[in-house]
Amino acid sequence: MLDKFGFATPEQVASRFFTEEVLKKPKAILECYEDIPCNPCVTSCPTGAITIGPDINKQPVLDPDKCTGCAVCVGACPGLAIMVAQIKEDRAWFKIPHEFLPHPAKNELWDAAGRDGRLIGVAKIEGVVLSPKTKTAIVTVSIEKAQLLRFATVVTKHA
Amino acid sequence: MIAKELVVIGGGPAGLCAAIAAAESGSRVLILDRSARLGGQLIKQTHKFFGSENQYAKTRGFDIAKILLSRVDTFADLIEIWVEATVVALYPDKVLTVVQDGKYIKIQAKAIVVAAGASEKFLAFENNDLPGVYGAGAVQTLMNVYGVRPADRVLMVGSGNIGLIVSYQLMQAGVKVAAIVEAAPRIGGYKVHASKIARLGVPILTSTTVLRAVGETCVKQAVTVKLDPAWKPIPGTESVHDVDAICVAVGLTPLTSLLAMAGAMTSYIPELGGYAPILTDEHESTLADVFVAGDAAGVEEASSAMVEGRLAGLCAAKRLGYPHADFDDIVSECHAQLAGLRNGPFGCKTCAGIAKMREVRDHAR
Ligand SMILES: Cc1cc2nc3c(=O)[nH]c(=O)nc-3n(C[C@H](O)[C@H](O)[C@H](O)COP(=O)(O)OP(=O)(O)OC[C@H]3O[C@@H](n4cnc5c(N)ncnc54)[C@H](O)[C@@H]3O)c2cc1C
Ligand code: SF4
Ligand code: SF4
Repeated sequence: MLDKFGFATPEQVASRFFTEEVLKKPKAILECYEDIPCNPCVTSCPTGAITIGPDINKQPVLDPDKCTGCAVCVGACPGLAIMVAQIKEDRAWFKIPHEFLPHPAKNELWDAAGRDGRLIGVAKIEGVVLSPKTKTAIVTVSIEKAQLLRFATVVTKHA
Repeated sequence: MIAKELVVIGGGPAGLCAAIAAAESGSRVLILDRSARLGGQLIKQTHKFFGSENQYAKTRGFDIAKILLSRVDTFADLIEIWVEATVVALYPDKVLTVVQDGKYIKIQAKAIVVAAGASEKFLAFENNDLPGVYGAGAVQTLMNVYGVRPADRVLMVGSGNIGLIVSYQLMQAGVKVAAIVEAAPRIGGYKVHASKIARLGVPILTSTTVLRAVGETCVKQAVTVKLDPAWKPIPGTESVHDVDAICVAVGLTPLTSLLAMAGAMTSYIPELGGYAPILTDEHESTLADVFVAGDAAGVEEASSAMVEGRLAGLCAAKRLGYPHADFDDIVSECHAQLAGLRNGPFGCKTCAGIAKMREVRDHAR
């Protein structure tokens, strides 16, 4: 799937998520499924929650106990392969990277897409942080909890 | 004839790092670049770079260029820069012919670092000479250097990192990417780049190639076709895409024409992108005092180009009688960094290429 179409299988995705209990707190989801020479996630994390080991070609691993969900790594990852996920009551909350103009604005509704680009529903924009340093906006969105493992990004403002 | 100590051909990441390392060692350096701005490929790269943070990973390409240029500026007394200066000839006695402002200038160098980068490969298909058929480099230059939108709807050919990244940049510029076609059965570039595009709804069509461009005076449509496991078109699987541009991103090949002209030995090594120069471990070509670094030595990445540039700059300076105080330490650090970058499944291709290059070299001795 990943090799042929560019998106991960549901099993791959699930392997990077944590239990609902753990996700009561925000945790980074590292969707980096291939050995590539890269390590900014490790060096950017202020709590040392991500490890790759001495060979930077290996895949990153998250220690959920150390992760505070701060989303610094979300803005640092050149592969845009990290999101922060959290479950709050009946909604799944995410912090995702966004690099298209115009950026969403707080309280707007945006169409949400899954990893294969298909629309899966409408997400609410809960907040936007523009970082002049990374030039990647970190957008906080919420969507119904059932989409926890499907949600990938927001694509256009909901008409 | 103008006499110079070290001449660096090309001011991309490899050339800039070579110049910085040589100046750090105490050598005078002249950087020649045919473009108006130094930075090479970096000034077109608006995405955050991969690699190790040692080589500025997570920094956007054009910002890496700024960092390198500010380091060059700190050696203003040693590093001289000529832009819009194209090296059109290189002779075995280290004489270069440079064209600048319509004038031919001859330079006698004591040592040279060739860091001219790579040129794009092209693809043969019907009507590939129609306006609207671009190389990926041209699309990036129009978009990211001159701020010109190259088209409204594009078909991307090639799913290596360049095809994937340029597709993403096109979408950021408001251009619709109809699809990415890839002749191989799997995506060539990093899957994280592919996933960025897939989640935005752009189909990546593997085992598919472009058959022809359609249009009288410019591209109006592109016809693609599926390929069987032997890479033969499967009749009846053609599909038509309404696009006004076809962007070809099927790989790069080292720019070795100057080296070949001077008589340096090259060999066809597909893993390095085509004809590549035969080099010592210090990156010296078979011509004494002529060093090669970056994509010109074998198509790879900016991260490795910077390390190779540093290595070549240090070794060239040492040859000129300016050994860096920490020469041995920095050289072994460079070799360790290169080995680290080339350790994974993508880097092993380069390692295989280098192994072939060394075989040719040792055989020739
Ligand atoms: C779309 C894209 C994305 C990329 N993403 C990454 C990434 O994420 N991470 C990464 O590490 N790498 C990346 N790269 C690769 C990286 O940009 C190149 O490997 C790197 O720029 C090579 O550096 P270089 O100095 O060898 O050559 P270049 O950067 O190509 O520089 C060569 C310079 O030489 C000059 N020149 C050439 N011929 C002459 C001549 N005859 N006379 C005078 N001047 C001459 C050119 O004008 C140019 O300035 C990417 C490349 C592309 C195209
Ligand atoms: S969210 Fe913050 S704490 Fe968690 S891994 Fe990323 S940078 Fe580290
Ligand atoms: S920074 Fe992103 S792409 Fe790079 S290793 Fe970490 S998760 Fe993977």
